[in-house]
Amino acid sequence: MTLGVIMLVHTDFQRAVQVARHWVAAQCPVVIHVDASVSRKAYRDFRAELKSEELIKFSKRHKCEWGMWGLVAASQTASELMLDSFSDVRHVFLSSGSCLPLRPIAELKAYLDARPGTDFIESATTADVPWTQGGLEAERFTLRFPFSWKKKRFLFDRYVRLQRAVKFKRRIPKGLVPHMGSQWWCLTRKTLSSILKDPDRPIYDRYFQKVWIPDESYFQSLARLYSTNIESRSLTLSKFDHQGKPHIFYDDHLQLLRRSDCFVARKIWSRADRLYKAFLTEPVQELCTSEPNPTKIDRLFAKAVERRTIGRAGLYMQSRFLDRHWENGVTASPYSVFQGFEELFEDFEPWLAKASGCRVHGHLFAKDRAEFSGRQTVINGALSDNANLRDSNPQAFLTNLIWNTRGERQCFQYSPQDLQKNNWLMAKDPNAQISVISGSWAIRLFKSNRSFSDLRSEAARLQKIEADFLKAMRSPWSKARVRIWTMAEFIEAPMEPLQTIIDEIGKHSPRRLSEAPRMTDLTGFGQFLQNLKNQGMHPYLMGDFSVTTEVNSNSKPASRPYLVR
Amino acid sequence: MGLVGSYQMRLHRKRKILRAWRKSSQLRCKQDNTGNIKPGDILLVCTLRNEAVRMPYFLQYYRNLGVNHFLFVDNGSTDSVMDLFAGKSDISVWYTNGSYKSASFGVDWMNALKRRYAHGHWTLVVDPDEFFIYPFCDSRPVRALTDWLDTSAIRSFSAMLLDMYPKGQIDEFPYQAGQDPLEITSWFDAGNYSIKKNPQYGNLWIQGGPRARAFFQDNPQKAPALNKIPLVKWDRNFAYVSSTHALLPRGLNLVYEEWGGEKPSGILLHTKFLNTFSHKAQEELNRKQHYANSIEYQAYAETMKNQPDLWCKWSEKYINWRQLEILGLMSKGNWA
Repeated sequence: MTLGVIMLVHTDFQRAVQVARHWVAAQCPVVIHVDASVSRKAYRDFRAELKSEELIKFSKRHKCEWGMWGLVAASQTASELMLDSFSDVRHVFLSSGSCLPLRPIAELKAYLDARPGTDFIESATTADVPWTQGGLEAERFTLRFPFSWKKKRFLFDRYVRLQRAVKFKRRIPKGLVPHMGSQWWCLTRKTLSSILKDPDRPIYDRYFQKVWIPDESYFQSLARLYSTNIESRSLTLSKFDHQGKPHIFYDDHLQLLRRSDCFVARKIWSRADRLYKAFLTEPVQELCTSEPNPTKIDRLFAKAVERRTIGRAGLYMQSRFLDRHWENGVTASPYSVFQGFEELFEDFEPWLAKASGCRVHGHLFAKDRAEFSGRQTVINGALSDNANLRDSNPQAFLTNLIWNTRGERQCFQYSPQDLQKNNWLMAKDPNAQISVISGSWAIRLFKSNRSFSDLRSEAARLQKIEADFLKAMRSPWSKARVRIWTMAEFIEAPMEPLQTIIDEIGKHSPRRLSEAPRMTDLTGFGQFLQNLKNQGMHPYLMGDFSVTTEVNSNSKPASRPYLVR
Repeated sequence: MGLVGSYQMRLHRKRKILRAWRKSSQLRCKQDNTGNIKPGDILLVCTLRNEAVRMPYFLQYYRNLGVNHFLFVDNGSTDSVMDLFAGKSDISVWYTNGSYKSASFGVDWMNALKRRYAHGHWTLVVDPDEFFIYPFCDSRPVRALTDWLDTSAIRSFSAMLLDMYPKGQIDEFPYQAGQDPLEITSWFDAGNYSIKKNPQYGNLWIQGGPRARAFFQDNPQKAPALNKIPLVKWDRNFAYVSSTHALLPRGLNLVYEEWGGEKPSGILLHTKFLNTFSHKAQEELNRKQHYANSIEYQAYAETMKNQPDLWCKWSEKYINWRQLEILGLMSKGNWA
């Protein structure tokens, strides 16, 4: 009892010759089907090359087009020829010209000998498979598909639409439950001949001729009628990408393929000399009986598909530049933005760096330069602090910074004095943690010696900018983690919000802040605001300060503002 | 873009092709081996001027990748470059004294050659100082890539220009013919690129890198474009519009993903900053044959006076394509 191999070939005949000889060398008869669209000369040469091999037969040629009936017809005639001419064949293995046996054929034979009645054919009902492409799942069995998807897409699409519009539905032959699966199977003589000799075969054939991609469903469905022992998996390792194209194996997959312990792999790049050499010519060591284990290859290709369909979050590059609102992650990793803290606390930057353990920058979007931590002129990724370079594309500046420093959380200061181009980008970014003490821009004005009329118009301008910023942060589209306090609210109990923010950054294990930043002296601030009001300007973002209440600020906030448990 | 816009683009493309045909009269064939081009061969098209010193390594590099035939436009070289090419059956050369600028910076000449010889071929268009890197280029020949692109029905492949520079002053390390220029210019900027979409042709417009950082601080908008689409399955109706930055028809420019995910892409390692650069910059400044009155070279000349060091603490040293992929400069996409 032996194993017969059907090879469907349409190109790369030299490789097909090599593989066919390899099967024959292990006493496996081979039936080759050559696509009818191959030129007569190429076919003749190919046949001539294998003429001396008695175990190789050529079956009647059919035109094979992807997704059409030809592939099934080819498998049928080749199977018939195989069963008729080689009576000692017990299992028939369907393969293609770009399949490559990875393990010694003796191992495959031994494996099948140990499972003489098992049909290896991946076969699942349509409701349960995720791999169908093009939105045609159950419909491929209930509509008619006379047009080629590859060559006559227009007619294909229109005809599908028409049938949907008139609610056309084909009747599935009685007793048949549509199943789908990999087209590469290995069936027993018993099952295969039952399928081929079934008196109802003309009915089934007629039905499947107008099913879409019948090579994935004909044998898969019919095997369910006759087989007593279906093992629903393919012995051929064959992975598909998100568009249903098979992944291709190259020389550098050699080790991966070796370790997979699969019997046959597809599809091999026809010029992968090293693979063909390694698997077809190298001497066989002792036989092993391990089960195929393609997990590593599965993972590799699953990752490739994920990269193509989802990609790396927050990466903007030459081949990934997503439409706004479609980004998978506006930025690459979480970061924190502080508005108004640096004005209120005199040593906020160093304090924050110490308390949080993150990289703390100054005003990255200051008018004159990007104030990187330590006031470096260049930072990760050779990102320059030059304001012109930054302002020519502020979005790219921020997303680049976060991408370049992924793995280390970035914090930076922001204020109404800075470039405001990134407000919406940050507001819509779930990675952004934005904390605002509104109105504290007034502190800088309050401390400056400029003429009051200047201050008044500057205050009006900054208040307007901050109001716009807050509007973005509070909008329903905002996805950032936003916290906003008015200045009056914040200075009443500064430690509590600071603790919350630091806890959320969460670099250190949660613990109480032992040291508070030093708050700037606000004596006279209330009067300053009142003066602005008296000038007709209405400062409201900082909350309510009364003229007389002196903020108790030059005394440091108590280092432990809470009850210690 | 509506019907009118599409039609205008079509006219634009036809004009480019007509212009290429007109400019091709300037080309004089000096060595014709195009009879050796077989169906399915991978071609390389390149315009050069006085680059003999770079050629030995250039030819070696691209032959190793699996380029089958080279088509050179020699724009008035006065060096010994023809001696290098003579007798090589995989090289064809055309000579011209014509103006580089009025031939759209060489694009017209190359469009004409491609229309004649590259129809149906995968064609790489690079400068003599550019080295094409693609996913798995250390283990798979470029044919593996083009075969894969064919099965995926992809017609064009993008490779961003990555400016490479030495650590130290540019003229500190003399370059010898045949040497790998990456031994000298082995550093690059990893993450300071700015990308915008060009609504006219649908291509991305990428700027940044050391040139923007060192030469164009005051005028970043004028910094050179780094987006390139050098590998195309050529059709005689295609045309490059400006350098290899953009193509017509516009569909060829959609080498980037807009709806999630990464398409596969490569890198052109740009080894411009060898010791030959200062001399070249001076010459090009006088010739005024480059883009926007050689504004690029004016900026270089200005900065070069102060002997700049492009290298900084955050420069990355080039290792291999995997490094570039991890840094997010290129991507494997779904090729595995």
